[in-house]
Amino acid sequence: MAATPLLELSGIDKSFGPVQVLHDVGLSVYPGEVTALVGDNGAGKSTLVKCVSGIYTIDSGTITFEGNPVAIHNPRDASALGIEVVYQDLALCDNLDIVQNMFLGREKKRGIVLDEPTMEQMAGDTLASLSVRTVKSLRQLVASLSGGQRQTVAIAKAVLWNSRVVILDEPTAALGVAQTAQVLELVRRLADNGLGVVLISHNMNDVFAVSDRIAALYLGRLAAQVKATEVTHSQIVELITAGRSGNLGLPPEKPSEFNGDVVDITPGGDQ
Amino acid sequence: MSTATTTTAGGVKVVKPTFGSFFHDYWGRVRGGDLGSLPAVIGLILLSLIFGVARDTFFSALNFANLFSQGAQYIFIAMGLVFVLLLGEIDLSAGFASGVCGAIMAILLTNHGWPAYGAIPAAMVTGIVIGFVLGFLVAKFGIPSFVVTLAAFLAFQGILLKLLGGGKNISINNAFVLKLANGNLSVAVSWALTILAIVGYAAVQLNQVRSRAARNLVTDPIGIVGMRIAGVAIVLLVATAILTQERSINPVLNSVKGVPIVAPIIAVFLIIWTFILGRTTYGRHVYAVGGNTEAARRAGIPVDRIRISVFVICSFMASIGGILAVSRANSVDPNTGGSNILLYSVGAAVIGGTSLFGGKGKAINAVIGGAVITVIDNGMGLLGYTAGTKYVVTGLILLVAASVDALARRRAASTGNR
Repeated sequence: MAATPLLELSGIDKSFGPVQVLHDVGLSVYPGEVTALVGDNGAGKSTLVKCVSGIYTIDSGTITFEGNPVAIHNPRDASALGIEVVYQDLALCDNLDIVQNMFLGREKKRGIVLDEPTMEQMAGDTLASLSVRTVKSLRQLVASLSGGQRQTVAIAKAVLWNSRVVILDEPTAALGVAQTAQVLELVRRLADNGLGVVLISHNMNDVFAVSDRIAALYLGRLAAQVKATEVTHSQIVELITAGRSGNLGLPPEKPSEFNGDVVDITPGGDQ
Repeated sequence: MSTATTTTAGGVKVVKPTFGSFFHDYWGRVRGGDLGSLPAVIGLILLSLIFGVARDTFFSALNFANLFSQGAQYIFIAMGLVFVLLLGEIDLSAGFASGVCGAIMAILLTNHGWPAYGAIPAAMVTGIVIGFVLGFLVAKFGIPSFVVTLAAFLAFQGILLKLLGGGKNISINNAFVLKLANGNLSVAVSWALTILAIVGYAAVQLNQVRSRAARNLVTDPIGIVGMRIAGVAIVLLVATAILTQERSINPVLNSVKGVPIVAPIIAVFLIIWTFILGRTTYGRHVYAVGGNTEAARRAGIPVDRIRISVFVICSFMASIGGILAVSRANSVDPNTGGSNILLYSVGAAVIGGTSLFGGKGKAINAVIGGAVITVIDNGMGLLGYTAGTKYVVTGLILLVAASVDALARRRAASTGNR
């Protein structure tokens, strides 16, 4: 196991106006490992990812990449470091083919002309390195691909640029059983190729199938980051739903933490 | 069916198309809703046959040459509209924009005595400025293009009236400008350009195959490439052969032969826009914004700038359409670029295969669609139908084209092609 994390977050705070979404969150991503990021809706998973990818700027906290502190102000900074995010909606253009999508916004050119042969070759190399052998032609329109194939293209697009960290937002949410298996296999292969992989998922089976570590967020706090082999399915579910499980997770909430301004939200309480 | 599996450079197994499988794949795409210009080409052939049988003058060299100058304005406006339609937008003001630009040229030529090389660029710059303003309003203020250009449609109509001093007719007598839509190339130049075009097309096609084969990438079967080149060569050679015939009624007095000058002008712009859409980053980004704006934005494509640029291109092309319209009519009047011109142009782009839903279309669509529109207009005129009937028929054909587009899109969705 690699000793130093590739990407390390610590003490990340993020607020939107009066609402604090992330409290003192830390996360370590190791090369060659899949780190699952789990949590209930609204736990702050997406916000955390957007902070890492530069869509949001963090209020406080540090981001360390390969041991060096870095500042990520916009998506360009993140891609310069080699951090790529595959969003849930994949962000593919249906009317373009596989190669065109993979190079979108970063086309290779010879003079002013697009260098199609080079792009096609690089796309082919990347797909082959991911052991993807199921496409009929690299010039197929993305519109004609299945859900799993689209996911594959989106992932291949992310690893095309010698990325170091790939963050996948619910890659299997919209897929069938067979395609889910394919994509999970691909996720595992990314890590085996030495990348740091962050997998956001709601599906515990997927999480346990591929991940090495599991980080659970609970109401904007990191409940625990544990090795997948050291916890059980139900412990993770407890971490997600209650923030703690036995001696794992956040300390029990003390009433004093609320500074006295406890809000009564019992239905009918205002009558 | 014999399909050999080949490996691309990276090792991804793909099927190498053979002569037979190429047609099979093409038919599969057509059935899957990717029709392209096919309906327009079939329609063009059918319409030509019908009109040719009904009136033998339709196939005369004189009428064939007429089609070019008659259709030029639609084709130019439609070529610009293709860019706007690719983004799923519309420009309803393109017709009157072409009228305004044409009027500016005519006023500078006739009232101010400017030379053609000053007046023509001035008209083009007017087009660019109009396009920038429209695009800016759509991209930066987020006003729907339908509304912006509908307002501009009305406003430009007014500007045209004001420019022409309340509806006067300004005629032009600049020899160069008049020649643009009415002149012909000499027979020798006609043949030289035709040969050059065929050789150029063949060189581009073969070079593409060669450079891909050199990288061990899948290429189109050489038979298909050969057929493509032969097809283009036959069409161009036959057209040139017809157009270099004597078509004057009294050849001794005034000989009329050679390819109309508008034909190479159309060809040049067709080549430029095809190159830009197909081979440059800009073109790729136009398709991307039309296909999935959000994906384009995340890929770092300046979406707003692309949106403005397509309106600039559209109005620029409209200005050229206007220049040619003024040249053809020898004058400009308050209806230049008005009445059915815009609708014919939108019709040309859509009939040619450009999707109204964005993301799908090529420059050639405008030319093929424009040819269909012109043939209908011209053929029905020869058959003696009134303008009323012509409008009804053209409207119906536009409706058919739009239905084909919508149905193809639905079909594509159901076959997983979209």
